[in-house]
Amino acid sequence: MLARRLIPCLDVDAGRVVKGVNFVDIIDAGDPVEAARRYGDAGADELTFLDITASSDDRDTILDIVEQVAAEVFIPLTVGGGIRSVADVRRLLNAGADKVGINTAAVHTPELVREASDYFGNQCIVVAIDAKSVHAEGEPPRFEIFTHGGRKATGIDAVEWAVKMADYGAGELLLTSMDRDGTKIGFNIELTRAVADAVDVPVIASGGVGNLQHLCAGVLDGHADAVLAASIFHFGEFTIQQAKLEMQKAGIEVRL
Amino acid sequence: MSNTIAVIDYGMGNLRSVAKAIEHVAPKSNTQITSDPVVIAKADRVVFPGQGAARDCMKNLASHDLSEAVHSAFNNKPFLGICMGLQVLFEQSDENDGVACLGLVAGGVQRFKRLLHRPTDKVPHMGWNQVGQLQPHDLWQGINDHARFYFVHSYYVTPADNNWIAAHTDYLVPFTSAVARDNVFATQFHPEKSADSGLRLLQNFTQWDPQK
Repeated sequence: MLARRLIPCLDVDAGRVVKGVNFVDIIDAGDPVEAARRYGDAGADELTFLDITASSDDRDTILDIVEQVAAEVFIPLTVGGGIRSVADVRRLLNAGADKVGINTAAVHTPELVREASDYFGNQCIVVAIDAKSVHAEGEPPRFEIFTHGGRKATGIDAVEWAVKMADYGAGELLLTSMDRDGTKIGFNIELTRAVADAVDVPVIASGGVGNLQHLCAGVLDGHADAVLAASIFHFGEFTIQQAKLEMQKAGIEVRL
Repeated sequence: MSNTIAVIDYGMGNLRSVAKAIEHVAPKSNTQITSDPVVIAKADRVVFPGQGAARDCMKNLASHDLSEAVHSAFNNKPFLGICMGLQVLFEQSDENDGVACLGLVAGGVQRFKRLLHRPTDKVPHMGWNQVGQLQPHDLWQGINDHARFYFVHSYYVTPADNNWIAAHTDYLVPFTSAVARDNVFATQFHPEKSADSGLRLLQNFTQWDPQK
């Protein structure tokens, strides 16, 4: 049976892991290559790098990192952040990324998703969707897309957008509950399930994981195909192995 | 002994991962990413990767003048097809409203159909799934039966001759996840992305002597 995937995510700024990764005996906590190697050895099913580099001067450092990671970590690598053109996608794929995450640019120019997917195949195009609950008390649940790290509302309905992006050629959706990100109170399950049930392509749930039960709930209640988390792994609260064993105990197929 | 491994480059995506994984397990071999038929003809082993759509794969093979080189390597030397490099070996693919492929293996390529009673099984089939070995083979050495490998694909192959089937995997339907005969081995999964099991398979390939 296909295993549900567990994906640690690293935020990278100008070539350094933001906030650091607190593994026991790691030599350089800010080195994304070392962190990637550790997660590969620990049994992560994939890795995601989110490049949050603001300065355009430093933007190419992610390419060097991707090259180094691809040369020594042999699991799939997704890289997102700041992708604006087919040329950006090509550079990352050529450096060794397996999938490229398109976020804000997809909202502004959805055709980019179609173009990149036609050219490189939908297997390597991930559309990242940042969404928040916007419904008022007593109303049925409604979710809206936000850009710019959750600051800019777009008025676009998240479920309709997800269906449209899959139709445009996204091979996978990375769905982040912006109202949960960093809260450690768990995924927005309603949002996750609404999107996962509406599309044919796999959905990665992200945003809000604070414990291992949250990962299980993302799959069992949210119907996510994969679950992504950052801080619970980076700061050594839980290991990848512990997370997978907990998921297995909950009846979820995992790769051990 | 020299061990030159040609990774065929016909403009279908990233080949660095494949080459790096081979270099990682066989540092003494000479791994070359190439679109030169002469280099491919001289190589001791050939890896035929591929991603993207069948139509583009066939178009690019033709425009790079590489169909002959693939054909010849397929008949003559240790040959490893990966993902689209497995699918285009067949006679035709249903992708892009039907594409004539290389026809080196009898059979076709079909799309996964989603099932109402398995709503969480999405297409593409993406992630780590179990590979059941259906024939003993040098390339399985040191790899557990039903070990997990990384897949990402929406289409799967159906060989006309069951003797080709080297492994099967269950997703929506039981499908052929690897084929093998004589000097040819080809996988639907990505050994270069499959951690230890995948690296072992690649290492086995770099040492494989089909004559033995």
